[in-house]
Amino acid sequence: MSGGADSTHAQLLVSRRGSRLLGSRERGSVVVASASTVLVFGLLGYLVVTAPGWSRVEQAFFNADVFAASFPDIVRALLVNVRLFVFAEVLILVLALALAVMRSLPGPVFFPFRLMAVGYIDFFRGVPGILVIFMLALGVPGLRLPGVSSDAFLWGVIALVLVWSAYVAEVYRAGIEAVHPSQEAAARSLGLSRLQALRYVVLPQAVRRVVPPLLNDFIGLQKDTSLVSFVGVIEVFRRTQIEAGGAFNFTPYLACALLFLVITIPLARLVDFLAARDRKRQLAGMRSR
Amino acid sequence: MSSAPERPPALLVERLHKSFGRLEVLRGIDLAVAEHEVVCIIGASGSGKSTLLRCINLLEPVDAGRISIQGVEITARGVDVDGVRRRIGIVFQAFNLFPHMTVLRNVALAPRKVLGLARAEAEERAVGLLERFGLAEKRDEYPDRLSGGQQQRAAIVRALAMRPDLLLLDEITSALDPELVGEVLDVIRELASEGMTMVVATHEMGFARDVAERVCFLDEGVILEQGPPGEMLARPREPRTQRFLQRIVSAGRW
Repeated sequence: MSGGADSTHAQLLVSRRGSRLLGSRERGSVVVASASTVLVFGLLGYLVVTAPGWSRVEQAFFNADVFAASFPDIVRALLVNVRLFVFAEVLILVLALALAVMRSLPGPVFFPFRLMAVGYIDFFRGVPGILVIFMLALGVPGLRLPGVSSDAFLWGVIALVLVWSAYVAEVYRAGIEAVHPSQEAAARSLGLSRLQALRYVVLPQAVRRVVPPLLNDFIGLQKDTSLVSFVGVIEVFRRTQIEAGGAFNFTPYLACALLFLVITIPLARLVDFLAARDRKRQLAGMRSR
Repeated sequence: MSSAPERPPALLVERLHKSFGRLEVLRGIDLAVAEHEVVCIIGASGSGKSTLLRCINLLEPVDAGRISIQGVEITARGVDVDGVRRRIGIVFQAFNLFPHMTVLRNVALAPRKVLGLARAEAEERAVGLLERFGLAEKRDEYPDRLSGGQQQRAAIVRALAMRPDLLLLDEITSALDPELVGEVLDVIRELASEGMTMVVATHEMGFARDVAERVCFLDEGVILEQGPPGEMLARPREPRTQRFLQRIVSAGRW
């Protein structure tokens, strides 16, 4: 399993460097890079495997039988995290945009709105996510208010939305501020209202700019979904704990980690790709001017 | 200009003052522009040419004085700012096209959203203008694929699509490579020959002499001297105007 992951990683590094740094005249360096990679990783692998105590590590963390037995249940539990993530992310993207717009409204009339947005963002960005999850998922049902749900999943989603929309709002705001004021001036000079200028000219450019950092926050949110396990939702981390406890073995944790990586590493690569593409576009734009 | 004395001027600026912090950029500008007239504003960098145009388009709030369009004051309280801007077009030095839209959408956006035209109608109007100014085959390109001259022509077309009563041009050739200046100035010449009312801030003295009916020299926040280009540019009265024109000539910008 780990050998397979290593070789895809090596391929990835070689192919990226090959396409960017190595010209056709330097094809030989690909061979050198491959050979050196095989040698280094082979040596490291050998050192680990021959180290004293490796057999106990292998037994506790890399137990194939435990892995096979626990993996299907863990995958099924991951679906809970995916659902948490999807519900939360959709709401976050909407709420955060509203907050960012609120914070960017100019003029004295909108001061209370700016104040609200700043207060919200400062609060939820400043406190630990786990605290908000506990307050809502344990505290609110404890009030026993009529008609108020006590579903931990629901309150978990709400807590994640509250915390992460504060981060994402700041990402949006950075995007809005990065759009040059002359763009808004051009829109307003054509007779577009402030809201129309925001809607058709400023926001589309702002959102385009912040896609890579937004995806970064997606990764953070995806990981944070496991915090909801602490208020009684049986998601992937809780299921892993149960499996590990039942088998007296840590291999389920490794399985859990792998599952997270399967989701987050492609996202990370996508962020890299988009950032590189943006950089290239900006350079092209500057050259044409 | 005096053929219809009862007709109010297309643009009337009276005792206009504008400061940025403690820097007083405009210190009492008086300017009247008749319908179909082309007025060029010349003056050193930082003399307030851009500020004057931005004030006329209400992009900058004025500190004191009045601006009227066809006899209606636009600097009064409670004026519909968007309604005023609908009637005044402005073209900027840096083009300010919307980079995330094709040329066609750049031009059709305001007619659709501001004038409420249907998409087909707005695009028809846009295509007609793009064809007229030699940009028909660029309609589906994004601005960064266009040369500077093409971008500036597209920006002019975008302003024209609103069918403005008055067009303000703010140093529209200053950001262009010298070989691209001509194609943009040709567009303005054509508009002038059609009777578009224009106020043009420019460094191109040859162009000012060609198209302007009047040239105003802006200096230290006031219009120091104005007159027909033949007189103004050839025999300026004020020593400061003379010095400015001398510098332009010696810099080879004529």
